[in-house]
Amino acid sequence: MLRVTDLEKSFDGFKAVAGANLHVAPSEVVAVIGPNGAGKTTLFHLITGQLAPDRGQILFKGEPIAGLAPHKVCRRGIGRSYQVVNVFDRLTVLDNVRIAVLAREGRTWNLLRPASGMCRDETVNILESAGLAGKAGRICATLSHGDRKVLEIAIALGSRPELLILDEPTAGMSPEETAATLKLMQRLSQEMGLTLLFCEHDMEMVFSIADRIMVMQQGRTIIQDTPEKVRADKRVREAYLGGGDTCSA
Amino acid sequence: MKAQSAGIRKTGAAAGALTGFLLLALVLPRFYLYLLSLILATGLLATSLNLVLGFGGMYQFHHSVFYGVGAYCLALILTRSGLPAWIGYLAAPLAASVLGLVMGLLTVRLSKLYFGMLQISLGSLVWAIVYRWYSFTGGDDGIHGIPVPELIGTSTGAYVFAVLVTAASLAVMYCIVSSPFGMTFAGIRDNPERCRAVGIDVTAHQLAGQVLAAFFAGVAGTLFVTVEGSVFPDMMFWTLSLEILIMCLLGGWFTFFGPMLGAAIIVMLRTVVGIYTEYWTLVLGLVLILLIFFLPEGVLGILQKGRQAGGKDAAGN
Repeated sequence: MLRVTDLEKSFDGFKAVAGANLHVAPSEVVAVIGPNGAGKTTLFHLITGQLAPDRGQILFKGEPIAGLAPHKVCRRGIGRSYQVVNVFDRLTVLDNVRIAVLAREGRTWNLLRPASGMCRDETVNILESAGLAGKAGRICATLSHGDRKVLEIAIALGSRPELLILDEPTAGMSPEETAATLKLMQRLSQEMGLTLLFCEHDMEMVFSIADRIMVMQQGRTIIQDTPEKVRADKRVREAYLGGGDTCSA
Repeated sequence: MKAQSAGIRKTGAAAGALTGFLLLALVLPRFYLYLLSLILATGLLATSLNLVLGFGGMYQFHHSVFYGVGAYCLALILTRSGLPAWIGYLAAPLAASVLGLVMGLLTVRLSKLYFGMLQISLGSLVWAIVYRWYSFTGGDDGIHGIPVPELIGTSTGAYVFAVLVTAASLAVMYCIVSSPFGMTFAGIRDNPERCRAVGIDVTAHQLAGQVLAAFFAGVAGTLFVTVEGSVFPDMMFWTLSLEILIMCLLGGWFTFFGPMLGAAIIVMLRTVVGIYTEYWTLVLGLVLILLIFFLPEGVLGILQKGRQAGGKDAAGN
């Protein structure tokens, strides 16, 4: 579904991504791991069009998408959430998701009909599946950090993506919230058949959900393989995990 | 059901307000009708600015240029072309929209502050052309004694016209801010990056918003011509843009009727203070300072917040 080949991106001479390779098959759950500054978020920005690569290729469903504007990448079927909460603060939880649904249906140019009656059922369904239906009427800025992170995922689901990219979906969450988000991701993958690509620092979570793991270091891909092989890989232990204990999940 | 009854309530309130404003034409003396007409024209202008400022998050620093172009377009058609007046009334907002489109194409891709700065530059360019082109625009003298159609040429006629046009324009703008486009626009205000990530073409929506705002500023310009019977370059000078910006902030830039309220306060204050001193801008400066410190969300913004807090308390109890 997604194939990234020899991707490179520099900022003022600093190579943030210096040869990233990634392959995501349909319905697969792929995790990207690596120490801080490894280039994971930059890689996601490059895939979703927020940044244009200097070199390399990104193919989605066989078509090149490198350098496309973010809204065009989304319309091709890639949704994403952000590492730092990135929602619509002054709008209600319901409208946060509704915007994404309206955009997917191409109804954002409707000027004269009230939006309040539109796409309600689908929006409520998404909120229910994310566990936010009880907070639908709340202004987003009043939500807890954990709820806002889940809302991130709910907004991305509004675009009905084929590939969902999650940038540290559980960052800053309590253990209970992390467990709930993990369950949500499992449901999305197993029940809805969604393809997931995510990066995360919580190794326990990564090894419990990912079908395959790609490891990045200093902008480069060291390996992409099954959790067992990644765990056993000497280069990964040396470069990132720092011994057997860290990846014993 | 709940939404339907709320809709009926809103429509009833709007119809009641419209009737009330029209009935005022029968009882108010000429001066007050003139003052109210001016408030409506200025309020419509401020509301059109707020369409992109409060609801769209665009730093539209030179909105009055669209007001001025609309007014000049009507004035020139009425004084120089011999065309029927209704053509002038239609052409004025369209001319403002075209300018909005041209300026938007040049500015809309820029980040917030640069967007505002380039807009001031381009708007000042238009102002300079109008100010210097004596043979066509009358230069700094402007155009006076504009032959407005008889039916709306009296103070009562102009007032009724202002009420009807303002009501129709506000109704359309209210529909726009409540529509999917309006919701998308609010999303762009809050978070353009996220909007792009859910498939929204932010630039195209911002450009469309600017054209719409310019259109209604042009409509407000026609009201000014109808009420005053004259136009002058100050209508598109940047100080007026600043003044209407303050109206939006004062009334409440995240509310729909805030700018109209802000316009009423400023126009009345200017009229009253103008009787005693020519240093009106000193008072405006004071208003701005007080606003920043005590009413950052404007008068209606504070009232709305209070009402929401009251609602929550009641629900909590």
